[in-house]
Parts: sequence; C-alpha cells; structure tokens
Amino acid sequence: MFPVEKIRKDFPILQRQVNGKPLVYFDNAATSQTPQQVMDAIVDYYSNYNANIHRGVHSLSQEATDKYEEARLKIQKHFNARASHEIIMTAGTTHGINLVASGFTTLLKKGDEVIVSALEHHSNIVPWQMLCERSGAELKVIPMNDEGELILSAYDALLSDNTKLVFVNHISNALGTINPIESMIKKAHAVGAAVLVDGAQACPHIKADVQALDVDFYVVSAHKMCGPTGVGILYGKEEWLNKLPPYQGGGEMIAEVSFEKTTYAGLPHKFEAGTPNICGGIAFGAAIDYMNQIGFEKIDAYEQELLEYGTKKLLEIEGLKIYGTSEHKTSVISFNLDGIHPYDVGTLLDKMGVAVRTGHHCAQPIMDYFKIPGTIRASFAFYNTKQEIDVLVEGVKKAQMMLS
Amino acid sequence: MTIKAIQEDLIDEFSMFEDWEERYQYMIDLGKTLPLIDEQYKTQENIIKGCQSKVWVHAEMKDDKVVFTADSDAIITKGIIAILIRVFSNQNPQDIIDANTDFIDAIGLKEHLSPTRANGLVSMIKQLKMYAIAYQTQLN
Repeated sequence: MFPVEKIRKDFPILQRQVNGKPLVYFDNAATSQTPQQVMDAIVDYYSNYNANIHRGVHSLSQEATDKYEEARLKIQKHFNARASHEIIMTAGTTHGINLVASGFTTLLKKGDEVIVSALEHHSNIVPWQMLCERSGAELKVIPMNDEGELILSAYDALLSDNTKLVFVNHISNALGTINPIESMIKKAHAVGAAVLVDGAQACPHIKADVQALDVDFYVVSAHKMCGPTGVGILYGKEEWLNKLPPYQGGGEMIAEVSFEKTTYAGLPHKFEAGTPNICGGIAFGAAIDYMNQIGFEKIDAYEQELLEYGTKKLLEIEGLKIYGTSEHKTSVISFNLDGIHPYDVGTLLDKMGVAVRTGHHCAQPIMDYFKIPGTIRASFAFYNTKQEIDVLVEGVKKAQMMLS
Repeated sequence: MTIKAIQEDLIDEFSMFEDWEERYQYMIDLGKTLPLIDEQYKTQENIIKGCQSKVWVHAEMKDDKVVFTADSDAIITKGIIAILIRVFSNQNPQDIIDANTDFIDAIGLKEHLSPTRANGLVSMIKQLKMYAIAYQTQLN
C-alpha cells in the first residue's frame, strides 16, 4: 500500500486550517506543496553556506558552487540528459520557453512555419506568437477533439518541409491529457523540425527521459514537483544550445569582455547570466531526491487511483460535466456544474477549506473550444487522500444546492 | 438615504447572520433575484474583465443623481454588485467620489474586494467613481 499517511507528515502545510476547516489542497497543478526535506535544504543553505557561486576563492563560495553543481547533476540524472551542460538553470518553464523562442528569432525566416498545439498554456502560445511577429514565420495550430486530445491526423497534415519548430506540452494543465509526444517528436524530426516540450505538468507525475524521447528542448518548473518557485530548467540538446545565441547578457555568461569584443562562456553558463537562484537550484535538487525516494512509478499508480476514485465520485453528482476525458490523463479533473459559474463554486469550496483552481487556467483557447468561461479544476498529488476527495465531493454538492 | 446610512443598515443586516453559509446564501439570493441591468447595456464597452467573472456597468444621470446598473455572469459577484449598487446608486456624484468601501470589511466580504482577486469588483468600484467624477465635472 502507498504510505500516504507517512508522506503527509513531511508536509507541514497539510496540517493547517483554512476558514476554520482542515485544508484540502487540490490545486497541485498550479503549485505543489513543499516537504520538510526541501525546506531543510533551504534553511541549510542560508544557515551554513550562503555565498555567490562560480567566482569566489573562499570556502563558502566553493561549497555553494559544489552544491549548486551537484543539484545540476541530480537534475541531469533525473531527466537522463547526456551531459550536465545540457541542463540550463532557469527561473521556470516560462523563462525556458522564452529563452528558446528568443534564440530562434535569427534562425527563422519568412515562409517558415511553427506548430503549436490547441492544448497549450498561454506561456507556450504567446512567446511563439511573438517569435512569429519578429521572424515572419507562420504559426499553425494542431486542433483538439471533444475528449481534449490532439487530433494527430491534423498534425500530420500540418507538418511539411516548411515546419521548423513544434511546441507541445507533455501534459495539458487545464485538462490533464497526456500527449503522445514520443510519436509527435519522431514525426517532427522526419521533416527536420525541432521540438520543444513543455514538461511543467508532467514533471510531478512522469520521469521524462529526454534521450529516449529524443526531444530537442524540454522545460520544467521546480515548484510543480515539490521544489521552490522561481527556479526551473531548460534541457536542450547540445547541438541546439550551441546554435542558439545567448539570451541575456551579464556576468557569468562571458569568457572575456572588452569594449571591442566580448566572447561568451561555454554551456551551460552562456545562458545563465547574472547570479542565479542558488538556493532555489539546490532546493530543486532536494525535491528531486525526495520524489525519487518515494518513486515515480508508485506516485503515478497512486495518483491514478485517486483520479479514478475522484472521477467516479464526481460523476455521481447530477449535472456535473468533466472536461478532458482522454484515457491518457494525469490526476487532474476539470469540471463544471450545469448552469453554474465556476467562480461561484470555487468561492464556496474555499469557504469549506477546499482549494481548487477556477477560471480558464491560462488556456483560453481550450475554454473557447468548449464554449465555457472556465472550469473548476481539482488536481491531486501523491500526498492527497480519498477522504479528501470525499470532502471535495460533499463540498461540490453543497455549493450546487446553495447556488441552484 | 445617505451612503453612510445605507452602509450602516447593511452592517446591521449582516450582523444577524451567524455563519458564512447564511451570509453567502443571502448574497446568492440577492444575485438571483435582482434584475440589475438592461440587456441593451451589456455591451463590450460596458464590460469590465476580471480574470474569472465578467462585470458590466452602466451609468446615467437622473435629477443630478448618478444611477448605476450592473451585472455579472457569476452569481456571488452579482450579489456583491447588488450590495454596491444599493450603496452607490441614486447618489450625488460628489458623495460617490467621497465615499469609501470600508463597510465591505465590516460585513465580512473583504476577500472579494482584494485587488488581487480577479473578479472585476475592484475595477468596478473604480469605474463607479470614474463615472461620478465625470458627472461631477459636468455639474461644475
């Protein structure tokens, strides 16, 4: 059996009350909670070896550098990158996407096409629109079906010799659909296009193997997988990272500077201008250790159990509709009550101590497809329980009663 | 009635509710029953986009008083709008400009007027005041 009660003890926040009720935290797709082990890493950093990295000759700086680079190695191992310099430390998924989008500006020309999926978060739409405006390339969209799955025949039809880049999320944040990225990457490569996969929603559930996927770029945020906010990674194949120009100028990213000419540092530092989120990077490493100690296969199996239970229980409520009904889903349930605005349900659930996300989940095109203003989204993590799902279900029933 | 007197009435009324459920049920009922705006005014120009719920506001001047009508697609937001309209509508522009919204805190609805709550209500109050300023300028 999955040791959920033992695991819950690692998360102090799960003990707190909200509006006088025990917290039921089902907004994990927005941000995950932080275990004590990760908090300890943060406190340890500031208590014992807070210093700037990669430059000091003193012991503290060396210790901080070692720990930071150790975290990079952990991340490299976790995602199975060939080399640690293929892991660029970023401020998060959005930062990673913008870095790549900016880098492609000079690599694209008029007549080139980039493909994005209809299931994307705004952060994986807008940077590409901006890229297309800058470069003259054209943006194409892979449509989705009523189940919230990408229509792959349409994807095949969009791919051509003009396709230079494809962007797709590994898992949809709004619906939880797991996209068949492995075959999508193969098809893109067959026409010579590069692929960036947004792994923000996948990283807490699936251990992505970037070499097995043969993906060109994979971006992740630490705070989705028990780490702190404001830190993440961009994995990029070495040959691509060498092709892209630096993103931001500053310290750390240079080899030599003079007013006549500056030469840039090698990977990964070329893309890491300025003092990074040192503590955040180290804490990200601790989060990866923590999740691997529990084991991703066990986490996934348990979350699937929660998904199945939650789906069954919620569907027992009359007038409740679930959006995103693919067979390949993570533990995200996006739903609405007939004739009731999601914001009202979310407001009342909050009064009952239940934290869900309501609204368009930064994925307005998906809401437009279903012709709804938004949904109520309950997203489960491995530290949630079936009892908590029961509280949600009772809360939804009560909200429905009050609002009808 | 003056804005202040209406606000005091509201505080009295809300003090009778024993828990959040009664308070919210009251707002929901307000949201359900009141016809708040003429359909012709639910236009793109009159829309205030919150991240989550939409709010429409229309203003006109009648006998030197500003009359507001408004609506929302979310019922709790609509209930709060009903309360705001009761306070601010049919008042002199200068009184609207001078009024504050502290009573919202006293009736236990502060969380809905947080600037970071994306329901359009904070922008709505700003909009009410803008209308009042515009009408006051006309009067001067």
